[in-house]
Amino acid sequence: MSFPLGYTGPVSGVILGLIFGYVLENAGFGSSCKLTAQLRFRDWAVFKVMFTAILVAAGGLYLLQGLGIIQVSDMFVPSVMIWGSSLGGVLIGVGMAVGGYCPGTSIVALFSGKLDGLLFLLGIGLGTLGFNSVFHSIEGWVWQQVGPDGLTLPQLLHLPAWVVWAALFAVLVIVGYLTRGNNRSTSRQSSPKASSAGLAAQNS
Amino acid sequence: MSNTPRPLWNPYVAGVLLGLGLLATFLVTGNGYGVTGATTLATAAVAGKIDPNTVAPHTYLHNLYEAGLNRWIVWEVVGLAIGGLIGSVLAGRFKFQIDGPTQAGRTLRLILAVIGGIAAGFGARFALGCTSGMGLSGSATFAAAGFLFLIGFFIAGAVFGQLMKGLWK
Repeated sequence: MSFPLGYTGPVSGVILGLIFGYVLENAGFGSSCKLTAQLRFRDWAVFKVMFTAILVAAGGLYLLQGLGIIQVSDMFVPSVMIWGSSLGGVLIGVGMAVGGYCPGTSIVALFSGKLDGLLFLLGIGLGTLGFNSVFHSIEGWVWQQVGPDGLTLPQLLHLPAWVVWAALFAVLVIVGYLTRGNNRSTSRQSSPKASSAGLAAQNS
Repeated sequence: MSNTPRPLWNPYVAGVLLGLGLLATFLVTGNGYGVTGATTLATAAVAGKIDPNTVAPHTYLHNLYEAGLNRWIVWEVVGLAIGGLIGSVLAGRFKFQIDGPTQAGRTLRLILAVIGGIAAGFGARFALGCTSGMGLSGSATFAAAGFLFLIGFFIAGAVFGQLMKGLWK
């Protein structure tokens, strides 16, 4: 058996996507209040969920590579487009602060009954059409690649993957420790700071 | 059945499960989770039906229109929607409502949602991925592009989060 297995049909998509949506919903990511509270530093769940997921998936991928079972380079590893990757992140960050969601979470919100999730999704369509209409005037620079195809942090920093993993794990532990009371889902009533944030959540 | 929604999962538990789902996705398909790949294909499909000029040869959307909707990423987003629906119904969180800034009226909330969506849709074509495809899946391969994306995302999000603070109180 060689990986990736190459199952890219409807069943694979629906099942794997279902896990994605079910976990995002139960993490509270169908709520624009919860998502944007991260941007106001009132609730660190977005950071914790994302960082933990990155560490688990990266740990698995590089462990399996170390065991000779897979090659990470056989997976899709995006290349650095200095303007595209950075400005794209900026625009999506602005989009979340203003509109309450990112693309995936707007779909979870819509399917939790939220009309603003639907409008955010329609906005994504409009933004895509906007990109289409200005494409010829920006294509010269927007996807300008820097470095080799699929540049990774271990290659960029000349460090073994496990060192990068350990450094990111340390960041998660430190941030997690410093923000341990700032977690509405588990300590809504426990600390004064968290309970005021929790009230804001309930009012939405 | 009680009216109180079930509590959210602990973020570390949710993160581990999300990471395992993402790892499985890589092993099965060779790529990670993504969303705007599908919304872009859907936009091309709808726009092409309404106004063929938007998907004419040499436009950005042309090849995406030709690709059609029977793609793994589209099915994955169908699954994402079903997963969100099952999750919110089972937890008692499904509710027809307009979420958004607590200090803003309904109309303003909806306008802000459209504006935010436009910024995200435009930005996702810049980055060739969104928070899922680039921030999460890209970073999970330790791609430098994923971390560059996340840095831009959190800095801009925090700055604009401060500017929008008054609407949330």
